[in-house]
Amino acid sequence: MTVDQASKRSLQLTADGQLRHFLTLDGLDRALLTDILDTADSFIEVGERTIKKVPLLRGRTVVNLFFESSTRTRSTFELAAKRLSADVLNLDISTSATSKGESLSDTLLNLEAMASDMFVVRHSQSGAPHFIAESVTPGVAIINAGDGRHAHPTQAMLDMLTIRQHKGGFEGMKVAIVGDVLHSRVARSQIRALNELGAAEVRVIAPGTLLPTDVESLGCTVEYDMQKGMKDLDVVIMLRLQKERMEGALLPSEREFYRLYGLSRDKLALAHPECIVMHPGPINRGVEIESAVADGPQSVILNQVTNGIAIRMAVMSMAMGGQVSERNQKQAGREQA
Amino acid sequence: MTATNNTPGTSLKIINGRLLLPGSDELTKASLHIVDGRISAIGEAADAATSDEVFDAADSVVAPGLVDLCCNLREPGTGQKGNIASETRAAARGGFTTVCASPETSPVNDSGAVTHLIRDVAEARSPIRVLPVGAVTRGLEGELLSDMAGLSSAGCVALGNGRRGVRNARILRRCMAYAKTFGLTVMFSPENQALAADGYAHDGLVASRLGLLGIPEVAETTSVMEMLLLAEETGVRLHLSQLSSARSVDMVADARRRGIGVTADVAMHQLLFTEDALSGFDSRFHVRPPLRTEDDRQALLAGVRDGVIDAIVSQHQPHDSAAKQAPLGATEPGLSTIESTLSMGLMLVSRGELTLPALLRSLTAGPAAILGRDACIEAGAIADLCVFDPEATWTPGEGTLISAGRHAPVLDNAIPGVVKLTLCDGRVAWGVGSS
Repeated sequence: MTVDQASKRSLQLTADGQLRHFLTLDGLDRALLTDILDTADSFIEVGERTIKKVPLLRGRTVVNLFFESSTRTRSTFELAAKRLSADVLNLDISTSATSKGESLSDTLLNLEAMASDMFVVRHSQSGAPHFIAESVTPGVAIINAGDGRHAHPTQAMLDMLTIRQHKGGFEGMKVAIVGDVLHSRVARSQIRALNELGAAEVRVIAPGTLLPTDVESLGCTVEYDMQKGMKDLDVVIMLRLQKERMEGALLPSEREFYRLYGLSRDKLALAHPECIVMHPGPINRGVEIESAVADGPQSVILNQVTNGIAIRMAVMSMAMGGQVSERNQKQAGREQA
Repeated sequence: MTATNNTPGTSLKIINGRLLLPGSDELTKASLHIVDGRISAIGEAADAATSDEVFDAADSVVAPGLVDLCCNLREPGTGQKGNIASETRAAARGGFTTVCASPETSPVNDSGAVTHLIRDVAEARSPIRVLPVGAVTRGLEGELLSDMAGLSSAGCVALGNGRRGVRNARILRRCMAYAKTFGLTVMFSPENQALAADGYAHDGLVASRLGLLGIPEVAETTSVMEMLLLAEETGVRLHLSQLSSARSVDMVADARRRGIGVTADVAMHQLLFTEDALSGFDSRFHVRPPLRTEDDRQALLAGVRDGVIDAIVSQHQPHDSAAKQAPLGATEPGLSTIESTLSMGLMLVSRGELTLPALLRSLTAGPAAILGRDACIEAGAIADLCVFDPEATWTPGEGTLISAGRHAPVLDNAIPGVVKLTLCDGRVAWGVGSS
């Protein structure tokens, strides 16, 4: 483990290795990731009950802080918190370009003063949740709901849960991530999770303009040609393409992108016959994926959404558990002194 | 400036110091005698002289006062990020006797009036020499030429465009041609703004992993090449400020071989840190140009060792705490370095990456020559001196830093190099016991 991973580990974990924030998958080992998946599995059953509640976060206040708009992720976080019996406050905060930093710190300190226990943070700046956990409100559990291009760890974990449900595990799995890897926090977290959980191969498939510099260093191979890249795949994960990419001269047109990198039935036929199709949503039909594939038998896109609630319940309850045990230990330490 | 405050006839003797004398790579144990702000005798002649005061250097190094080509004093400005008094005092503590004041003030130093203001405040409040650098274009906007001759006669020692650059090559060419008319030196930080775009970290492994917006190496190298070609054509004296990449060092060396009058500097933190410093999203290390790879760091060090890079600068950029208290990409670039520059250099010396003479040359004679000044210890020279104990340590932190900027590159850890005495024009600018 590098110094860097060690420092992230210490920020996210308590002294005895429990989760206390959930910022990134960097520095979290296979045992802990598996623990998250197992905990999520146990919560899936809660969603199938008539009374969909457990009392794990009763009396706790969870604040959804979305500095970048989102419907789906925020809704699933809200539902997850409510199923854990927490009180939930939703704040959509649009930021001014210049004084982001100051207003961010001040906003958070004010919310902390209202005795919040957990912040679920989405922010357009990479590292924003990390900054909050380290410098602003270290006593509040921070859950990263997506930061800039950096990480979207709950999305990656719900994808891992989906793969495990359909494939039984990760051993021998060949997984491709297709599309705009450069701008994707989801892809970065998925690559990290797949490597840690022991997938046989992670491939990224994209044109050169949509790949980060030295992308192989993240733990993947690169394939420019999707026809070749589909070979033997067990899982194909499509990424969302933003329309702005055409304006920045990263791509010539949606049509050309779809022809080369869109997941059509023809291309899917090149993969393993039981290959599953995933997409973090929202999907652009006819840009990244053909409708017949999105709605087809190999698509597990809606399972991902269901799993999203269970994963978020798991992460929230584990981080709150870590915070509480840390507080109790400090309290005990003070009483002894 | 400060020389006028010297009382005529005042003399000081520094004994038991180890001196770096001109033309020597060895430290020589010798005394120094200073009268009327000038070095009057060295060695036996100094031992024999009588003086009003004696300073026992106790085996510390006695070097020429350090010279900084790039320092932000933040005055004129709002005062939140520091002012001439606070930052020159910090510089004196760091062993500097001469600092060039960057034109990136508010208002910008693009007129004789602002230059005069900086000089007047410095004369009243600075313990060291402040040499203003004027803006090469009005408001640093990169569009209209500034009154370069007027700035020069008001006291600007060079002209530059700060970190803002001159985007348009035609205007850059005219800036150079006009500066050449008056024999002025232009100082530019090479950065192609279209390629740098809204990046804030080196476009490499760390930026890819953390999803930081990258500034590719070519943002610097294409600009270096453009500037070298324009300098060759216009014949202007070009100084390239704050190189960050190995390829830039190669291009400067090539240009020199072709006889182009180009000099270059590097910021001290570029010699000590790499892109890895950002891996915990530490906003202190959001600097411009960005910290690059270990290979780049090695090439920059080699450039300093063999003299392709003439000077090491502090690139001191003090900020108020709010400017650094935000997610990395929303913070302002720059480190507060002026007090730690010598110490960082001594860390490189202790690692064997730089020799002490090479370090001191790059902090004294190297930058002084670019300003057309001397910085050496010889009889008759102005008594600009820095006496430091290279083995003693200090710990930069909230309680010990003088600069308004508390974002020093090393915090709460002991670093080597304690400046015991800084003399500017023979007058004490910093002495142990100063606080």
